[in-house]
Amino acid sequence: MHAQQISVFLENKAGRLAEVTKVLSQTGVNIRALSLADTSDFGILRLIVNKNDEAVDALKAAGFTVRKTQVAAVEVPDRPGGLNELLEYLNSRGINVEYMYAFVTPTKNNALMIFRFDDTDAAVSALLEKGFAVIDGETLYTM
Amino acid sequence: MIFNMEFETLPREALEAIQLRRLKEVVSRVYATVPFYRKAFDEAGVKPTDIKGLADITKLPFTIKKDLRDNYPFGMFAVPMENVVRIHASSGTTGQPTVVGYTRRDVDTWAELMARSLAAGGATADDIIHNAYGYGLFTGGLGVHYGAEKLGASVIPISGGNTKRQIIIMRDFKPSILTCTPSYALHLAEAAEEMGVDFENLLFKSGIFGAEPWSENMRHEIEKKLYLSALDIYGISEVIGPGVAMECLEAKNGLHIFEDHFIPEIINPETGETLPPGSTGELVFTSLTKEAFPIIRYRTRDITSLSYEPCICGRTMARMKRVQGRTDDMLIIRGVNVFPSQIEAVLMDMDQVEPHYQLVVEREGTLDTLTVLVEVGEKAFSDEIRDLQNLEREISHNIKETLAVSAKVKLVEPKTIARSEGKAVRVVDKRKL
Repeated sequence: MHAQQISVFLENKAGRLAEVTKVLSQTGVNIRALSLADTSDFGILRLIVNKNDEAVDALKAAGFTVRKTQVAAVEVPDRPGGLNELLEYLNSRGINVEYMYAFVTPTKNNALMIFRFDDTDAAVSALLEKGFAVIDGETLYTM
Repeated sequence: MIFNMEFETLPREALEAIQLRRLKEVVSRVYATVPFYRKAFDEAGVKPTDIKGLADITKLPFTIKKDLRDNYPFGMFAVPMENVVRIHASSGTTGQPTVVGYTRRDVDTWAELMARSLAAGGATADDIIHNAYGYGLFTGGLGVHYGAEKLGASVIPISGGNTKRQIIIMRDFKPSILTCTPSYALHLAEAAEEMGVDFENLLFKSGIFGAEPWSENMRHEIEKKLYLSALDIYGISEVIGPGVAMECLEAKNGLHIFEDHFIPEIINPETGETLPPGSTGELVFTSLTKEAFPIIRYRTRDITSLSYEPCICGRTMARMKRVQGRTDDMLIIRGVNVFPSQIEAVLMDMDQVEPHYQLVVEREGTLDTLTVLVEVGEKAFSDEIRDLQNLEREISHNIKETLAVSAKVKLVEPKTIARSEGKAVRVVDKRKL
């Protein structure tokens, strides 16, 4: 029930993000979701794509520092308090969220969030236990 | 093994008495025979008779590389050519080569010093020495060769190059001591592997490596790949050639300078002031016994420090640390001397980072700032900002600890540090002074 995310190290300078999207576009990789975390000097671009291996190979070949990270894609009830419920539950179970971001394609009545936990396995089983829908990678990449 | 027990273990007072006597002699001799020195001493207002104690050496003017070039080719020789039996010269990559000469006695002195060095590295008369230093104008090959013969070892004068043949000779002759540059040692390891020859099956016990700067990390790599004890030797042709100083097998901690033949000093390269033992600065040598090419207070531009602590090997001679850099590469940041090689050593000591870096020096107002750009490879890259920021802080902390200079560390993408002709540009000085 895990999903793969690709993380790319980027210097904070003009045109670097476009360089990544160009490489992915030339490789025929579709970006499903992305998030950019940054400091004044550098940033980390996190991507969910439809073809992980191709994306990683192409980015490495273009000279980027890339790594794959394990994340979980969780459906969040699309109503006021929906995310809060989920976060409070995680908190009550002592599960730490390192970061999260929204997935671009909403499913029917739910929003979809990408979560990075310090312990993905424990987090996923806790979520499933409580009845939250966790989307597996294969489904996610082609959504 | 100590080759010359009497001299190499002299009590300090006895050694200094010999040094003083020899210093007075050489100073009088160069003043009388080398016009360059007479002029330089006169300009500095110093006479040979002013040398009454060893400390008076600081009254003498320095000699620099340019002085040797200005007196190209034989202007610095202190004896008539009929007494010169050998001539060597530096490669002259940065201009005119510097030419040095040897009398018969100089060649003997040099052989003695190289025999001491080889013995300090574990060689005896029973050993076969594979000498892959180049033979020719370069002092490396012949320097080691004469020392090996003096010691009574069997020397293979293979010289540099033709690596395949070197491996075959090693495989068939089974030499026990390897002498070459450290980078060539690693090249030999690679070539042997390609040829299916395993150093583990050869009989090398030690390797005596010099003629270029190297590091502790390189020592470990060589020892692992070549199955031998890797030792550092120091020598520059202006002083005599290889055999000025040599690490002992017992301590592997600093190179013993053969002080009965040379007086070392450490100076502040900016002010020329002599620094106390233990300080890091520019190494300066005065030769005490050389006849054809005596040298007074020669600034080597090599950066190191001296220790007069007793050594477990029994030698009483001062030790110099592995050369840490060249004054040519030195940066002065807020009064602190910083060498790119020191930053490199800090990075090499950290497992996560690779030594791809660049120093950027800028001046904000009146204050110098140092920024160290470090390329982020896969080992260092974490998906979390916090981890990368911690890494920056850790590098900065380690630099501060080791060099006593504050540096801002900035992580950059791989291969973004400018490389010119395959060599990375290590320093960008943006200060307008």
